[in-house]
Amino acid sequence: MSGPSLNGDTRIGVYVCHCGTNIAGPIDVEAVTEYAAGLPGVVVARAYKYMCSDPGQELITHDILEEGLDRVVVASCSPSLHEETFRRAVAKGGVNPYLFQMVNIREHGSWVHDDVEMATAKAKDLVRAGVARVRFHRPLEPRRVPVDGSAMVVGGGIAGIHAALTLANAGKHVYLVEREPTIGGHMAQFDKTFPTLDCAACILTPKMTQVRNHPNITLWTMAEVVEVDGFVGAYRVKVRHEPRFIIEDACVGCLECIDVCVFRNGKTPDEFNLGLSKRKPIYIPFPQAVPQVVVIDPEACIEFRAGCRKKTCVEVCADRNAIDFQQVATFDEVEVGTIVLATGFKTFDAGRIPYYGYGRYDNVYTALEVERLVNAAGPTTGEVVLRDGRTPQSVGIIHCVGSRDENTNTHCSRVCCMYSLKLAHLMKEKTGAEVYNFYIDMRTPGKGMEEFYNRVGSEGVHFIRGKVGDVYPEAGDTGRLVLQAEDTLLGRIRKIPVDMVVLATGIEPQSDAEDVRRLFNITCSAGGFFMERHPKLAPVSTFTDGVFLAGTCQGPRDIPDTVAQAGAAAAEALALIDAGSILLEPNTAFVSAEDCSGCKTCIGMCPYQAIAHIDGKAVINEVLCKGCGTCVAACPSGAIHQNLFDDDEIFEEILGVLIHA
Amino acid sequence: MTDKPKVAFYWCASCGGCEEAVVDLAEELLGVAAAVDIVFWPVALDFKRADVEAMEDGEILATFVNGAIRTTEQEEMVHLLRKKSKVLVAFGACAQLGGIPGLANLWDREAIFERAYLTSPTTENPAGTVPLTDYAANGHRIQLPGFYDTVMSLDQVTQVDYAVPGCAPTPNLIAAAVGALLSGDLPPLGTVLAPDVALCSECDRRDTKPEDLHITAFKRPHEIIADDETCLLAQGLLCLGPATRAGCGAQCIGANMPCTGCFGPTSRVHDQGAKAASAIASLVGADDPAEIERILDGIPDPIGTFYRYGLPHSLMVRRRQDTVETTA
Ligand SMILES: Cc1cc2nc3c(=O)[nH]c(=O)nc-3n(C[C@H](O)[C@H](O)[C@H](O)COP(=O)(O)OP(=O)(O)OC[C@H]3O[C@@H](n4cnc5c(N)ncnc54)[C@H](O)[C@@H]3O)c2cc1C
Ligand code: SF4
Ligand code: SF4
Repeated sequence: MSGPSLNGDTRIGVYVCHCGTNIAGPIDVEAVTEYAAGLPGVVVARAYKYMCSDPGQELITHDILEEGLDRVVVASCSPSLHEETFRRAVAKGGVNPYLFQMVNIREHGSWVHDDVEMATAKAKDLVRAGVARVRFHRPLEPRRVPVDGSAMVVGGGIAGIHAALTLANAGKHVYLVEREPTIGGHMAQFDKTFPTLDCAACILTPKMTQVRNHPNITLWTMAEVVEVDGFVGAYRVKVRHEPRFIIEDACVGCLECIDVCVFRNGKTPDEFNLGLSKRKPIYIPFPQAVPQVVVIDPEACIEFRAGCRKKTCVEVCADRNAIDFQQVATFDEVEVGTIVLATGFKTFDAGRIPYYGYGRYDNVYTALEVERLVNAAGPTTGEVVLRDGRTPQSVGIIHCVGSRDENTNTHCSRVCCMYSLKLAHLMKEKTGAEVYNFYIDMRTPGKGMEEFYNRVGSEGVHFIRGKVGDVYPEAGDTGRLVLQAEDTLLGRIRKIPVDMVVLATGIEPQSDAEDVRRLFNITCSAGGFFMERHPKLAPVSTFTDGVFLAGTCQGPRDIPDTVAQAGAAAAEALALIDAGSILLEPNTAFVSAEDCSGCKTCIGMCPYQAIAHIDGKAVINEVLCKGCGTCVAACPSGAIHQNLFDDDEIFEEILGVLIHA
Repeated sequence: MTDKPKVAFYWCASCGGCEEAVVDLAEELLGVAAAVDIVFWPVALDFKRADVEAMEDGEILATFVNGAIRTTEQEEMVHLLRKKSKVLVAFGACAQLGGIPGLANLWDREAIFERAYLTSPTTENPAGTVPLTDYAANGHRIQLPGFYDTVMSLDQVTQVDYAVPGCAPTPNLIAAAVGALLSGDLPPLGTVLAPDVALCSECDRRDTKPEDLHITAFKRPHEIIADDETCLLAQGLLCLGPATRAGCGAQCIGANMPCTGCFGPTSRVHDQGAKAASAIASLVGADDPAEIERILDGIPDPIGTFYRYGLPHSLMVRRRQDTVETTA
């Protein structure tokens, strides 16, 4: 559907932005403006300091009314920043907002060139292309699509819990999908939290039970998202439920079955305690787990191998009948308007730095293991006992393990200094041991953090500024390990023997982050954490509309920041849902039925399954179409057109760039 | 002189097939011949260039030019005919798009002369004579037409009013075009006188084409005995029907041979070869680069396959040339 030939008889206004000195430095803005004034169809060309400011926008609106402009070109920054701004200004003047073209002479011009003459020439080329193209623009209407009123939160750590509760409290239905048998995430494993030292369980478990009891939350544990279809406002999500071998609604959480299991003692390393204790085949991850429902590990339970003759668990469960060895994986498919990803982090694998001896020396622990050791509900009921049964008299804590290191991760994990201080305090409190913290830089920004550092220092914890280069057993079979480091403040090598070494392992993206990224069609930053749409202005949004980020899946942070971010993600999701509908860019493709030969080339091409073959013709579902343009390029007979990207628009733009004035 | 409308035919770089197509009109030709005065037709009638030059401008109702423009003489003649005709019709694929002769745009004059007059295995030319434009013999100077580096379609040298597509055009289209000219019931200038939709629309086998076709091996017609009811692409034969204008009645497919694209693209397509190549490539059923490579190796001559009839008229026009166009 070629537009009318509008050459000549259009009235185009061109506005060239200085952007302070951002553009006006490397580009001769006046020369570009003067050049634009002479282009065919251009009746007004102006330069202005900040086009995005109110007076800048006013210029456009005013000229439309006074000069009778019917098309507008603004040469400034990236359309992702201000296309909306200028479209609104155009609409305010009474012209269809799509009769507008934005030309990027900042990111594509002044910011990447320093030769004024060349950069100015390039800016002219780009402006000429924009002017050539805008003549072919057609008036369009944005698409309005309804938004489903429910949301999905993926991951039930503190981020997911907080986001889910916020949404549910606002009256929205939330599906909370957690792949472990319980929600809680890492926070559930801690004893105390820095910097206030409040009890993690005391503040977390009430929120967990609220989730369980909330009428607006459907909680699915042992569940994972396996397929995501659709688009903002109407995502269709397929969730796989792993068999728990327990009928969730029938289990009352009496835990009698665990007691009577034929295994008198657990034989399987307990995941929640990081293998510091053993659990039975039928178990509950920790006493306050939510849901309060046991789970059977088919790898450990003999019913799944040889068959269990007694089935004492089934016996004691009696007419509650909650145990079902036949359970298989099941699937649910739900429609939601928006999705919050809160899949959290994993800690650095300490074995990757062999000279710290993790896995080789019994008394080298990761920080997360120590969180369990000092936890009153942990494997030792909070008593710090080493693997060899001793209580440590001295402890060395190594900061930055797997952080700020070119061989592992270059980023700072942000929480390790603080939790190392916390663990130093707890160790001292519980054992009276001498504690040595080996740090590179002590990072304690934020409310109450520096104060906490001072407090721990005043408690007699030793701080040694230096990177530990080696950990080795002390001579003479003392059972102690020597930490060797160059103390950069004293300027000499120190060798300190300790009973226990704690590795402050850093925060890394989940090992399946790449799969999750692909599933939800979002992007990852260089380090592998999920990428926000804009680091400053859209920190919880992603490049996929309607998919938001909360917590450590986006980058390392502590609990207060995680909760704040989860609240922000929930607010963004709410804003979307509450609007009831959203406007989408009208850049969809459509088939001109009389031109379609029915060759079906396009059908399989569409990544969004938006094209159907009906009665010998291809038909595109406008709601499903994302405007990717694949089919437009593929149609071998040119029967598919795309709004804002029709051939005449694209070819004119290319010609505009290539043909020098 | 009668007052019947005057019609002319001319041929440029072509094989003669288009002339044959006119003759093939058989009985219909007689009707046409009775209705018009054929004032110029070098292949069949003895008129000279001077006869055309003597005509008034616009005296000829319509001139049908077949063949691509390859020599200076051809260009001169079509300029002359353009002047003398109300309507100029590009007749057949070569005039419309450059056609098979257009594949010569993969080389230039020098390379072509060298091959044709010096190095081809059947050439015996010890003096190394190649065509010249200026030649003296027996005290006379002879001027001969120059040979361009680049073959052009008719519309690249003069304004063309209509095109009748095909290699060669089919009788139904020729008859319809002549009928339209005589009745004066003409579509907008620039129209290609054939349906503006791709061939699949008139192909009997369309419904047998799967919606999710994945080709894992391309076949050439001599390699398989194709089923005569199933979509040829679905059988791995490279049928260009999806990228080619309809109007022929899918005759080749009727003979169990794939469409080679002679009707050119629809009006909405700028480059038939690029469209065809991208449509075909999108059917390749593999993700692994090596496997894709292997499958695509089953297309031995991509340019000759996808640009068989339209290289001069495509966005590429010709192989890159570093020297400036000259005529010998
Ligand atoms: C040793 C240590 C001590 C710390 N101490 C403190 C402290 O004292 N104070 C403080 O403020 N911060 C502390 N932190 C930081 C704190 O752990 C994090 O800020 C917080 O846990 C982040 O919560 P989250 O919900 O983003 O991630 P997580 O707690 O990791 O939760 C993510 C959840 O998502 C689930 N999940 C993951 N992928 C999927 C999937 N594909 N489908 C379904 N579910 C999925 C996981 O099973 C998990 O339940 C500490 C960190 C460490 C390593
Ligand atoms: S432009 Fe075409 S291929 Fe892309 S989403 Fe729309 S219909 Fe599908
Ligand atoms: S590719 Fe084009 S011609 Fe073929 S079915 Fe799709 S829209 Fe129709």
